[in-house]
Amino acid sequence: METQRQGPIIFSGIAPDEGLKAALGQSRADVIGEVRNSQIKGRGGAGFPTGVKWNLAATAQGERKFIVCNADEGEPGTFKDRVLLKEYARTVFEGMVIAGYAVGAQHGYVYLRGEYRSFGPHLEQVLQQMEDEGALGDAILGKKDFHFDIEIRFGVGAYVCGEESALIESLEGYRGEARNRPPFPTNTGLHGSPTVVNNVETFAAVPHIIAKGAEWFASFGTEKSKGSKLLSVSGDCRKPGVYEVPFGTSIKQILKMVEAEDTKAVQVGGASGTCVPKKEFGRVIAYEDLSTGGSVIVFNSRRSLIDVVHNFLEFFAEESCGQCTPCREGVPVLLEYAEKLRAGELTRNELGEVYSLSETMQLASKCGLGQSAPNALVSILEKFPKECPLSTSQRKELVR
Amino acid sequence: MKKMCAVKTQIKKGGRLEQVCDDARGVLLPRLQEIQNRRGYISDKAMQKLADELGIHPVEVYSVVSFYSFLHTKKKGKYIVRLSQCITSKMAGQEKVRKAFEKELGIRMGETTRDGKITLEETACIGMCDQAPAALVNDELIGKMSPRKVKTLLASLK
Ligand SMILES: Cc1cc2nc3c(=O)[nH]c(=O)nc-3n(C[C@H](O)[C@H](O)[C@H](O)COP(=O)(O)O)c2cc1C
Ligand code: SF4
Ligand code: FES
Repeated sequence: METQRQGPIIFSGIAPDEGLKAALGQSRADVIGEVRNSQIKGRGGAGFPTGVKWNLAATAQGERKFIVCNADEGEPGTFKDRVLLKEYARTVFEGMVIAGYAVGAQHGYVYLRGEYRSFGPHLEQVLQQMEDEGALGDAILGKKDFHFDIEIRFGVGAYVCGEESALIESLEGYRGEARNRPPFPTNTGLHGSPTVVNNVETFAAVPHIIAKGAEWFASFGTEKSKGSKLLSVSGDCRKPGVYEVPFGTSIKQILKMVEAEDTKAVQVGGASGTCVPKKEFGRVIAYEDLSTGGSVIVFNSRRSLIDVVHNFLEFFAEESCGQCTPCREGVPVLLEYAEKLRAGELTRNELGEVYSLSETMQLASKCGLGQSAPNALVSILEKFPKECPLSTSQRKELVR
Repeated sequence: MKKMCAVKTQIKKGGRLEQVCDDARGVLLPRLQEIQNRRGYISDKAMQKLADELGIHPVEVYSVVSFYSFLHTKKKGKYIVRLSQCITSKMAGQEKVRKAFEKELGIRMGETTRDGKITLEETACIGMCDQAPAALVNDELIGKMSPRKVKTLLASLK
């Protein structure tokens, strides 16, 4: 344990099997109902209601069903799943078992990013202990007809494999290329079977929801975003780390918490997210405002935001799977424009081109990588005109 | 956990129902990782052999290997040092760390030392953003790198 962590939900105490026992004492439908009533949405970024997802998989036709824990955590600036897997693995695994019970699945996979390979032995040990205690394997906690096991699979250095359909391709032994959707994994997922893919943090919340109740869970957060969010805070601050905050927490509060000073901007949501300027630090972490998988990177007044955007675009250029044209061809062009912008050489025409290309990529890319790759560049052009060496007429155009 | 097979099919064998594993292709990535862990890289021969075993074309195997940045078909150093080139690492002085590595090892980014001991690479965010600049040395995550730590780290690699 790095430190004694404290937080409203995930970092609040829970005994081993507490959530699992409570779940197995209920009908499958009631477990799904409880998750649905908690109004929890996916913590991996896209924010799909978890109860709805589980219900889709539960009602889908299929001889076998799968539960997949997405532990690919590749969004720059995110490391909260690292902490969960190191310190709260049991809760995460129990969340998966509960999901298996609820939707009628027998097998679970943890897709762990290759960078976290060293966690393997510890995770195996936790799984073994659960099995020894009857919390995994055959007849879980004495429930005769309920079998569930969990296997750990390692990624091999591809960010795009965090996208759920690419992840499934990878698990099946293929290149990690995103699939066309629909069909969705809840219907046609791993090996063509109904599959629930959830983020590590989503699973970690489940035992708490079942043990302590949907109402308790939903008492935290905002009207539209229930519960809490783990934030991975890094960059220019004295206390970087993982923090659990209720939804509705403002950037200002976060900056105070991590002891950041002289902050110019905060990147929320990693390379795919948005850059928030000082005058908007009253904005809050919530699906309806600043939606994020948890990455919060703090920049002080000495940082060049163009350098930041350039770094993000290099990342996308490196990680694009190259499957679809808008992303494959678009990212390098944006990178070129970012370089010109940095050199003060971006022409008026090209500025217009940045916008139209970004729009095309957002609309026509196959997966979230290409769709969100332009976000950072567009947000500094719009929110930080002073950072961008542009002529006055160009600047006027930005204020559209 | 005991070894299991996620995808089973029932077949009739000698009048008896038997369960067989039909997740053959799904084991491709774990097998490739196993080979690389043992041998240090994935040779053409190993790909051919694995393809035969799984009943797929070697080109299929190659196409998978080439997709994943942590799989490689050429021999690399016994230790692969991957420096995170993410923004928080850059902000925390990654440049100095990179130069220290290059100077100490006498190689440039992307190269391997003559004795075949160490390969130096850059990689995307490794999830150690709170301890930037960060590095991944084989499977070990190392935070708060500094030119001084480069020396002690290199001395510890046998
Ligand atoms: C390029 C890309 C990378 C992603 N990486 C991750 C990831 O590392 N972890 C994750 O949980 N979700 C990631 N997602 C989102 C997943 O596709 C999916 O929405 C999520 O795993 C669903 O779980 P949730 O509903 O619990 O959030 C990524 C999406 C995209 C487009
Ligand atoms: S948007 Fe990019 S990463 Fe996604 S499928 Fe297209 S090329 Fe691949
Ligand atoms: S952003 Fe540097 S390790 Fe994550």
